[in-house]
Amino acid sequence: MSTPLLSLRGLLKRFGETVALDRLDLDVPSGEFLALLGGSGSGKSTLLRMVAGFEAPDAGQVLFDGRDLAGVPPHARPLNMMFQSYALFPHLTVSGNVAYGLRREGVPRAERDRRVAGALAMVGLEGFDRRLPHRLSGGQRQRVALARALVKRPRLLLLDEPLGALDAGLRERTGFELRALQRETGAAFIMVTHDQGEALALADRVAVLEQGRLVQLGPPRAVYERPATRFVASFLGGANVLEGQPDGAGGLDCPTLGGTLRPAGPLPPATTACALRPERIALRPGASGTNTAAGIIEEVAFRGDDSLLLVRMPGGAVLRVGHAEEDGAPPPRGSTVQLAWEAAAVVPLLG
Amino acid sequence: MRRLPLLVPVLWLGLLVALPLLVVLVLSVSWPAEGVPPFTLPGVAGLNGDAFALVLGDPYYRAAFGKALVVAGSTAGLCLLLAFPMALGLARARAAWRAPLLLLVLLPFWTGFLPRLGAWIGLLRDEGWINHLLQAWGLIETPLPLLYSWPALFLGMVHAYLPFAVLPLYASLSRLEPVLEEAAADLGANGFTAFRTVTLPLATPGAAAAFLLVFIPAAGEYVIPELLGPPSAQVVGRVLWQEFFQNRDWPTAAALAVLLLLALLVPIHLFQRLEARA
Repeated sequence: MSTPLLSLRGLLKRFGETVALDRLDLDVPSGEFLALLGGSGSGKSTLLRMVAGFEAPDAGQVLFDGRDLAGVPPHARPLNMMFQSYALFPHLTVSGNVAYGLRREGVPRAERDRRVAGALAMVGLEGFDRRLPHRLSGGQRQRVALARALVKRPRLLLLDEPLGALDAGLRERTGFELRALQRETGAAFIMVTHDQGEALALADRVAVLEQGRLVQLGPPRAVYERPATRFVASFLGGANVLEGQPDGAGGLDCPTLGGTLRPAGPLPPATTACALRPERIALRPGASGTNTAAGIIEEVAFRGDDSLLLVRMPGGAVLRVGHAEEDGAPPPRGSTVQLAWEAAAVVPLLG
Repeated sequence: MRRLPLLVPVLWLGLLVALPLLVVLVLSVSWPAEGVPPFTLPGVAGLNGDAFALVLGDPYYRAAFGKALVVAGSTAGLCLLLAFPMALGLARARAAWRAPLLLLVLLPFWTGFLPRLGAWIGLLRDEGWINHLLQAWGLIETPLPLLYSWPALFLGMVHAYLPFAVLPLYASLSRLEPVLEEAAADLGANGFTAFRTVTLPLATPGAAAAFLLVFIPAAGEYVIPELLGPPSAQVVGRVLWQEFFQNRDWPTAAALAVLLLLALLVPIHLFQRLEARA
């Protein structure tokens, strides 16, 4: 296998008592769109700042193209970053901002002008070159920040919550544009986000961070459908996490559910919890046997394309259950319902 | 009753700013006279333009204006040079350190202005501490003429006006987001280049405000040139004082004051525009 573009080896970082990164390993190949997903304090921003050179690891290595970047200051690192609040230079025009990095490289005037114009065209900001940042909308500022980083033609672009400051309506469109730009430039993108929808929609692979550790890494679909831990299961898509004991016959006995979860494959011996996604649970009157249970509807929330039901189970667990609109109106609060799910929907959790 | 809050500042400004200004203005076109007070109002005799003609025509007075501008400009420039690293250090200091450091900047204000000048005189005069020490160590035999010199004048000016330069600079530097320098570094600027291309241009309005905040009062300074400066430091403030108290030529003194005020309207206006923008 060829050398990955970026390779993180055993990165460790402490801030006083708290461990921001806990011996983290991660490889990013050329041209990949990787999402670093995690809550606040998960270490995702620290990781990004460490790659950019703004933080030094207490231990471990950051390798770029196989070269150790230890001691290489930010301005000499062969990568660029798009900052969370964009960090546009308020005293420079749009083209001044975009040209800034090229000036530092000493790119001749004519080529600089051409590349700045090209970068502005790429993000759809032709004709804005002489505006100052404070005269731009949030979406336009985001594009300037993107153009400013991409005009340097980096092989690796770090993006810190690139869509976080945008209105909900702009986010989806900008996300698609980000994806298209990534394909067009062929650069590897590492995007930090706390928004699971963004991570799943845009990335080739999603890396889920929890308390400075990489808890799961894989393509969005795999991470979503086969969460490795309780944290990933509930953080992505709000899966039901049910605790229990293996019953010795390939099932997990869940007292809070008042039933047994039986996965399609073998249940790893030490399993103490399984995940069950709300949309994989169906209301099926008269169903009985394995992978079924009965409960009482406690709450119904209409969400547009479906409804979310909170169903209290005999053992005390409250299951989140998705109810698709095409299946008609959900039963009212207080009804007793029979729930059923496929064995494939039961995901044993490792941690 | 709703107008009452407005009335207070209007009264204040009227009594303490407009009225004295009017008095000075009237004085400057009055006729000098023997007696008490040493002038007659421009009533029957009409306006007297002699004072203005004298002040504008005589090279002695023109030189006084020139020296005042040079002294004020140099003081403001020196203050800016010293204040910039101080303000930068303050703005970049840890939050817990900022309040005590700011207090240190303001500490000179806790001592009266004249005692501070007295202290300088005590240090600098021929029988002062510095000369005494230098002689005791055998470095010099006769005292150095430290006091009543241009360096002593600027020492006193910078000491008196430095806090006025530090504060607006600190205000503008502490508003700068540190992430801007990180962005510059990320785009390939080393520390010095990032400072030159990002921090410095963004601090320019603050620096200009600091310069003017020192320049404007320094241009009319009388006490420091009088007490520390050489006889040749005949700045306009000193000349004005001499006209008023020694020559008892009130119209000429008033004309000097009016012209100084007019000359300072430009920097005052610039300062207000800078403040409005910040």
